This record gives sequence, structure tokens and C-alpha cells, in this order.
Amino acid sequence: MTTTATDTPRATAHRRLSPLARREARWAYVFLAPWIVGFLVFFAGPMLASLWLSFTEYDIVNAPRFTGLDNYRQLLTDPMVARSLGNTVLFTVCHVPLVMVISLALAMLLVRVKRLQGFFRTVFYLPVMTPAVAVGVLFLLLLNTQDGLVNRALGVVGIDGPSWTTDPHWVMPGIVLMSLWSLGSSVVIYLAALQNVPRELHEAATVDGASGWQRFRNVTLPMISSALFFTLIVNTIAALQMFTEVYTMYFGNRQTQTSFNADAATFYVIYLFQQAFQFLHMGYASALAWLLFLIILAITVVQMKLGNRFVYYEGEDR
Amino acid sequence: MRRRAAVGVAVLVLTLAGCGGVGSVGGGSGGGAGTGGLTTMGFGLPDEIARTRVDLFKREHPEVKLDIVEGSFDEQQFLSAVASGNPPDLVYLDRKLVGTYAKRGSILPMTDCVRDQGIDLDQYRPAAREQVTLDGTLYGIPEFYSVRVVYLNEALLRQAGMTAADVDLSDWQGLVDLNAKLATVSDGKLTRIGIDPKIPEFLPMWARANGAQLLSADGRSANLSDPKVVEALQTGLRLIQDQGGWGKFKSFRDTFDFFGAKSPLSQNQIAVWPMEDWFLNVAAKNTPDAELVVKPFVDRQGRPLTLASGSAWVIPKGAKNPAAACTFAKTMTATATWVAAAKARVEARKSEGSPFTGLYTGNADADRQIFAEVYQPSGNKRFDDAVQTILAVQQSAFSIPASPAGAEFDKVWTDAVNRVLSGQADPVTALTRAQDEATAVLSRASK
Repeated sequence: MTTTATDTPRATAHRRLSPLARREARWAYVFLAPWIVGFLVFFAGPMLASLWLSFTEYDIVNAPRFTGLDNYRQLLTDPMVARSLGNTVLFTVCHVPLVMVISLALAMLLVRVKRLQGFFRTVFYLPVMTPAVAVGVLFLLLLNTQDGLVNRALGVVGIDGPSWTTDPHWVMPGIVLMSLWSLGSSVVIYLAALQNVPRELHEAATVDGASGWQRFRNVTLPMISSALFFTLIVNTIAALQMFTEVYTMYFGNRQTQTSFNADAATFYVIYLFQQAFQFLHMGYASALAWLLFLIILAITVVQMKLGNRFVYYEGEDR
Repeated sequence: MRRRAAVGVAVLVLTLAGCGGVGSVGGGSGGGAGTGGLTTMGFGLPDEIARTRVDLFKREHPEVKLDIVEGSFDEQQFLSAVASGNPPDLVYLDRKLVGTYAKRGSILPMTDCVRDQGIDLDQYRPAAREQVTLDGTLYGIPEFYSVRVVYLNEALLRQAGMTAADVDLSDWQGLVDLNAKLATVSDGKLTRIGIDPKIPEFLPMWARANGAQLLSADGRSANLSDPKVVEALQTGLRLIQDQGGWGKFKSFRDTFDFFGAKSPLSQNQIAVWPMEDWFLNVAAKNTPDAELVVKPFVDRQGRPLTLASGSAWVIPKGAKNPAAACTFAKTMTATATWVAAAKARVEARKSEGSPFTGLYTGNADADRQIFAEVYQPSGNKRFDDAVQTILAVQQSAFSIPASPAGAEFDKVWTDAVNRVLSGQADPVTALTRAQDEATAVLSRASK
């Protein structure tokens, strides 16, 4: 078989496939089909629909009415957009570094544990399995100013605990505290990464006279940088989309929904949900969703650019 | 291969079909009254009041395939179902939401339902009817009728050297002194609430007592910055600030076991507080020996006053069996049905050894019959007197009218009160801002 100058490389490669390889390729597409269909129907389709709706006034019940850029103009003047975005960014800035540092510290402790490591790994991971709604309710009780466990514990060491759930200045720290409940997944990732750091590197560094901190900084951190980078990205995206726990605590709970300063706990996605399903402004909510999408995209791109400079991938040519 | 692919597609389709919404079960298309399927949403069967009425409907209409999707009303689920053209046939929701959904056309007028089924609208209480009527059109059938009264713990009043008669809620200046006598704050820690004004929830009632309404009768104009509303908020705020401030006050209140045997009444954690009438049922069941006295909330002239609220049945746009839905709503709220439910409650209470404290419905005829034929004084004077108080204040009820922006309006004034309580704004500033916001949302919704 010969190829002509007009043949594309793909066509040439296709022709080179053996019958077995072609059959395998067909089956691969068959097995991929559910994902592709799911992606088109449940992801790409709704995304495009949401983009269209963001240029309309739509109350879910009646047909959308095209309004051009009105919703985007409203974004710029709505004080709650800035407020909820500020709350969300503040939470992300506090939550992500804390989760990473504490998780890494716990993972480094765990990696030294020779016996019962599996048990402790399970213990740290178990909270992640708790439904988010249950976590919200639980922390509402734990953070109660008067009888909550957190303030009782602070009281033991002589600290008069704050009003975590009612004082606007303490609401965010309370939510950040709650968010640490689910750091188990990061611990497990760091633990796996730490176990893959070659022992010889530490031994060589020790022979060269490196201190513990120097070994951590120059050996451990670079070797686990891909795990750190991964958790940085996923925790950042998750934090920017924070919803369930906070909604349960302050908006979905009958006791608190009418008696709480909502400004302090209104996260961006919560505001988006209110606009969409409580006030029936689905077009505006779609514009809010697209703004968040662009923000997450921008942050992730920046992180990826920085990551390329600092992250070490095993087996990668640099 | 083709056969395998077909099976695969079929499995996918069935899986997706299995994820169908609330309206996916039953629903005979275009069925006449009492035939086909009937799916409800937002309603549950937690007690004999609900179960008795549903059983009665099933007996009267065995040909209807009734599917009660239990659980609270979920706005996201409801709107998704309506938007997808697959709504339930009947929805049970808070009456304050009716105006918003009616304005958007997501629920149907009940005009045909009332006419075809011969429903006597006069049997429903006016305040309940107003909440389900927008621009003169009825959009819902009222269910329960919840009013607010003032509960007093006489044991605590006695400790303070007072009786229930000394508690005068028309004297707002006097409330401050009364609160100081009843509340216990030691070392900065609140251990007993003197008077709980129950704001933000009950601000509309305090405002009304002062001669102001938060929302105009047509549901289209806000009146939040009225000095009388400001004064009402200032009064509630003062009562809370005198008890350590909102943070301490709310945190302490959040520890209450309101529905259990260790209720704040039995634990002497609160002395005076306005609350819904259903708490009498809870108290009768859990703390029948409590020294409870129930008085009417009053305006500043001392006249009884109460805020009424409750749920309603509405038929969503696209309901496949509106005729059966209408029959169900009629049956559930009919006089005979309520009376049967009341009898079931009496039996249930007897078996528990606790008093029957009445059933308060949106159907005035039903209530008259229940209290004339079913209700028997329990012999516990405190609870028997409380029942009479609740019945009496029903004549002085008002409700927040239906509004095309009901949910948004609610949030605006609630947020304003919360900003005041948390110290972020003073009452005048917060309510002025709320007035602007409310005007904007009401104007937008009315377009």
C-alpha cells in the first residue's frame, strides 16, 4: 500500500491499524459513548443553555425574553454580588492554605507511624464521608456561643469564646473552622506522595549535613509538589463553589434562616441559588454563574502557569 | 453487536427515566374528577391529622391512584418539575409564596376548581383567603390557620412577685422594666430570657400593634421606613440588648429543646414570649404540668391582635389531573374531613394521657363544629383557658397579603432586622435601605 501526497496523517495512521486495533478502537468508542453522551447532555448542553439564558429575563415558568447585556450590567451595580464574592474569596484565601498546611502536617506525622497507619488514615478520612448537610447541622451546635463544644473547650483554657454564628465578624472564621472537617482527602493524598519520596535522597542530604528543615524544604517539598499543586487547584475550586454546609447552617435551617445576619454568610453560590430558585431570576442567576466560571477559569490558569514553574513531575523532561 | 448496543441504549434510557421528577408517577392525562393518577408534593403523613384525611379521600375516591411524595416543599424541585412540563398535580406550600408563583403563572387560578366542585369559599377564614388571592383571583385552598399568642411561665412570674395579669404587652415602656425583672444575666451570661420579642419573625405583628403594616393590602407597596415600624423594631431591639445582646440571646435560645420534654417552659429558661398556637399542642403533650398561661398579643391600645399564617393547596401549571387535584384539595379542607381528623386526634391524645388542645384550621365552619361537638375541656384549667384564648384571638387576625414578590420582600425586611440585631446598622438606616430595596423588587415583580 502506498500513500499519496493528499493523504492526511490521520488517514494514513488509520489505514495502518490492524484489524484487531480497529476493533479495539471501535469498542473503545462504545465504552466511551456513555461518558460522551453524558458530557453533551448533562454538561455541555446545560452550559450553552445557561450562556443563552444569561442574556435573557427568565423566570423558569415563562419563555425567556432576550434582554441583551442587562443581566451583566446588573452584576456591576448589585451590592450583594460584591459582598458575596468578597465572602467567597476571603473564605478561599483562609481555607485553602489552612487545609494544605494542616493536612501536610498530619500526613507527615502519619508517615512516621509504623504501626496502625491504616487505622489513623481511616480515622482522618472518615469525616469526609459525612454528608455535607449533617456537617452543617453539627457545626451549628458545636459553634453555639453558650453551649457549643468549641467555646467550652476555649473556656477550659481561659478564653471567652466569640459568637461564632451571630457576630458578623466571627461568622467567617466559624465557617473556615467547619471547613477543616473535610481535610481527610488531602491528608490521604499527601501521605501517598510522602511515601513515594525516595529514602536515598533524604539519606544523601543527611550525609551532606542538611538539617531537618533543609531536608523538608529541599527534598520533601519538591518531591511532593505535584500533590501540593493538585490539592491547591481542587481545594480552590471547591472553596469558590462552597454551598451545602453553609446553606444548611444559615439558610436552609428553619431556626436560623429568619434570625441571622445573612450578609456575613452569603457565599456567591448561595446568592446565585437564591436568585434562581427563590426569586425566580434564572437569567440573572445564569449571568452570575458565568461570572463565577470565568473567575475560576482565570484563577486556575494563573495557578497552572505558576505550577509549571514550581512543580516537579517524576519522569518529566524539564 | 447490534443487539448488545440496543440493550445498552435501553439500559441508559431506563436509567434516565428512573431519574424522573416528582410528577413522573401516575397522572392520568386529562382525567375527570376522581379518576386517574394524582401526585402531590410538599405534603407528608406525620400524624393522625394528615393520615385520617388522606384515608378519607382514598375511601371516597378509590378509583384515584394517589401518590403522596412525602417531604417539605422544595422550591427547586417544584420549579424544575414545572419547567420540564412534568409537575405534580397538587402542591402544598406556605401561603406567603402563593403570590409570587401566581404572578409568574406557575400555579393555576382556582376559579374553575371552586365553581366545578361547588366549594363554599365563605367557609374559609378571610385572613387565609387574602393570602391566596392576588389581584382578586383565588390561587389556593387554605389549610391550617396558625395564629400567635403570648405564652407566660407563671412560675417565673411568681418568683418575680408578679402574676400573669401584670404582664401588659400594650405598655411598651413597661416591657423594659418587666424584662429587667424577669431576665437573668449573670457574669455576662444569659441564663433566663425575660421577654423574647421574636424578631425578626414577628416584626409584622409588633408593627401592626403600633398601627403600621409592612406591606400594602394589594401587596405592591412597601412601608418599611414608617416611623411606627421603626419604633416597633427599636422596642424589640431594646428588649434583646438588655439581655446581653443578640449574640448571647440567640445562642442561648438555640440551645432550647422546644419540642421535647426539656422544653424552655419546663426548664424555666424563658418567662414571656409570643409564639404560634401549635406550641400549645407541644406543651400539652410534653409538659402538661407546666404552669403555662396564654394571653392574646395586643396592640398599644390593649386590643387583641394576631398574625395569621398557614399552608395552602395549589395546582401547578401543567398539572395532568387538575380535576382530581381539586377534588383532593376540597376533601382535605372540608368540614367533615377536619372533624374526622379532630376525632382521631382526640383518640390519640386519650391513649397518650394528654389533653386535646384543639385543631385550628382555615375552615371556620370546621372549627366551629370541632369545638362544639368534638372538643371537651380536659380539666386542666391552664390548657382549657389557653384554647379559649386562641379561639378568641382568631377574630382579630391579620395576614401579610399576597404579593408578586413575596419571597424577596420577606428577605428584604428580615435582612434589615438582622443587620440591626447584629449591630451593623441602626433601625432607621436599616429600614430606610430596606424600603428602597423592597420598592425596587416590588416594582420589578409588578411589571
